[in-house]
Amino acid sequence: MQCRFIIYRFDPEKDAEPHYQTYRVDAEPTDKVLDCLNKIRWEQDASLAFRASCAHGICGSDAMLINGNIALACQKLIREFKTGNNFVIEPLPLFSVIKDLVVDLDPFFEKYRQVKPYLINDEPPPDKERLQDPADQEIIEPALRCILCASCTAACPINRADADYLGPAALLRAFRYLFDSRDTARGSRLADLDTETGVWGCKTMRWCTDVCPKGIPVTKCLTQIKKAVRQQEKA
Amino acid sequence: MDQRYDVIIVGAGLAGLRAAIELGQDTRIAVITKVFATRSHSGAAQGGIGAAIGNEEKDSWQWHMFDTVKGSDYLGDQDAIEIMTKDAPRVIYELEHMGVPFNRTPEGKIAQRAFGGHTRDYGAAAVKRACFAADRTGRVILDTLWERSLQRGIEFLHEFHVVSLLVENGRCSGVCVYQLSTGQLHILHCKALLLATGGAGKIYKTTSNAMASTGDGMALAYRAGAPLQDLEFVQFHPTGIYKLGILISEAARGEGGVLRNKDGERFMERYAPTIKDLAPRDMVSRCILEEIRAGRGIDGKDYVHLDLTHLPQKEIGAKLAEIIGFAQTYAGVDAKKEPIPVQPTCHYMMGGIAADAEGRVVRDEKGTVFDGLFAAGECACVSVHGANRLGCNSLLDTLVFGRRAGQTMARYIHTVGWPKVSEALEKDIIRRIGDARRPNGKERIGAILSAMQSTMMKHVSVFRHKADLDRTLETLRSLKMRYRQVALTDGGSRFNRELMDYFELGYMLDLAEVITLGALWRQESRGAHFREDFPKRDDEKFLVHTLAVLSDAGEPGLGTRPVTITRFEPKERTY
Repeated sequence: MQCRFIIYRFDPEKDAEPHYQTYRVDAEPTDKVLDCLNKIRWEQDASLAFRASCAHGICGSDAMLINGNIALACQKLIREFKTGNNFVIEPLPLFSVIKDLVVDLDPFFEKYRQVKPYLINDEPPPDKERLQDPADQEIIEPALRCILCASCTAACPINRADADYLGPAALLRAFRYLFDSRDTARGSRLADLDTETGVWGCKTMRWCTDVCPKGIPVTKCLTQIKKAVRQQEKA
Repeated sequence: MDQRYDVIIVGAGLAGLRAAIELGQDTRIAVITKVFATRSHSGAAQGGIGAAIGNEEKDSWQWHMFDTVKGSDYLGDQDAIEIMTKDAPRVIYELEHMGVPFNRTPEGKIAQRAFGGHTRDYGAAAVKRACFAADRTGRVILDTLWERSLQRGIEFLHEFHVVSLLVENGRCSGVCVYQLSTGQLHILHCKALLLATGGAGKIYKTTSNAMASTGDGMALAYRAGAPLQDLEFVQFHPTGIYKLGILISEAARGEGGVLRNKDGERFMERYAPTIKDLAPRDMVSRCILEEIRAGRGIDGKDYVHLDLTHLPQKEIGAKLAEIIGFAQTYAGVDAKKEPIPVQPTCHYMMGGIAADAEGRVVRDEKGTVFDGLFAAGECACVSVHGANRLGCNSLLDTLVFGRRAGQTMARYIHTVGWPKVSEALEKDIIRRIGDARRPNGKERIGAILSAMQSTMMKHVSVFRHKADLDRTLETLRSLKMRYRQVALTDGGSRFNRELMDYFELGYMLDLAEVITLGALWRQESRGAHFREDFPKRDDEKFLVHTLAVLSDAGEPGLGTRPVTITRFEPKERTY
């Protein structure tokens, strides 16, 4: 069937301002949106820029706006849309555009770096593995699904208003290490997060949870951080 | 960005990151990657990483070694396999200490599960050897190593694409890179260069591999004069989602899933009576295609069913969460209630840049070292996988030999001075790349790419035959001619993806030719290489590695290299 793709185009080097370009693509109902973008790039217009790699929702490269909703282009099939075969494709909001659908994620990863995204345990490791109760691991399991696609942070209204707010993706990573029973830096992690640009930046608006392509209950995880901060303050 | 580093690592998957972490903090390192580090294809590895830690059942590294040797159809080098399987438990504990969230047993130890070709007592029965984190094992290890390298302050050059190696007087002294965000070319110098660029599945039409898996490192090394070893051995994973090739991990069968034909028969019982659905990948892929050829594909089509419906739903919901999601999203199948349609999909290159167990690239059959050039992971051929890799051994390979390459380079950079690179060479490279940007032909990248992928899929996949291989060589050579006439239409400099496509296609055409040539030369059937006109293994003539070297005239030439056999003499391979 024929689909119409209306795509945001902007090359800051050449264009004074963004514009939209229309392409017609023959697609199968089971094609992914990404397949259609590839068809455009290979058959019609090689200058269309977007990121993609694994093409099955695990590398996190191709988050974008599809008909106004944040999604991974490789995870959305044409048949899922009831928009008369019309597709409007735009870059992720919040971030500045490098070209077309490619955005600058440096600020996103900078926030991520700030939460010390690694296991801290100063005790000498045993000869074999550290033991971990499966129930303890279950607590952090949702956060392990994160693929760093930046959808949640791009969706978060607070992030759009306050550039300093860590944002849901970085906080979710903080959650992953904070609640890892093998991590010994809980106290300092909680203190670091106990700020207005940290976990209290979250106003529980849930847009992060709604857009997460891996179905992670992001807001719930952030709420658990808040509870832990309060408990520490009481103690 | 600096112009000079002690070590440059190309590729930020598991092999590249593990090497980077191994290098001392006083070493000046740059990790160059054409995609952002966490997008590397190691992250798509699902099922697990093999190690005889014996947490669930009695196990030993000798059994692991035997399985790997037998799985390789005796083409793997046994000294290297011994190093890998002995080191495996240390690798697992190291990862655990770094924070990798492995699944746990009720007592809190690392849990293990069964995987294809892994057995106890030298083939007696399947054994639980795969350590795993649900079915996102590669992803969590990639994240952990990347985060560890952030902690170490390692410098990354993200979205830089390597377009040439700098080699002068037999020594590798750096790279020429293309920066996607600006379109600029840069020359970077180094004492030691590690290629860790992964696989090349995109040569084939149906593949589990990422768009970035285009064999860049293999082709760059080959063009720089390094030999490619055993490239004809291409693994087709038995269970890719029908038509799409998306991987459904072997863990699905490790957890008890079975393959069924249109009669509902569990056909692997006929082919591999001892370990059935957990036979190695080369065998299972052939069996699936045999069933289809015999008219037992589902609805007469070219796929079979992977059945998980009899398994405990809650358990597989957790342990196989990702693949259940893939089946739902892409095939519209609820894998807990109905079988998943599957067919073999191009998955892994057993061959690659000829390298030794210290990560050094070798120049010839005698093992002469290529000065300044190192390789690890899927792009290298050590060879631990021989003619067929066992599941769970690829992550292990990247971590064992990535670390060893790091150690070797750490020593190497203190024994050599800075290489002198002539300006003439640098200018020549920049000119050649510049020329590539202005071809004014009529050919389109997409058309050549799809012709290559189709012909390789049709003629150089699971079953091969001389007539088809001859024809494919001709096709590939004409595609290479057309490649020279490609028109580049995007004149922009920012994020010019077309230029990257253009380089990648050139790399893949070179590799496709070497794969086909090796497949034609190897008149036997061994591991993943099955010749219908030579269906038997022939140890007399072909128990050797192939080495493909690019001649000065730009043509591939084939030589051989002996296989190292230490503990296990070749035997007939049955399961």
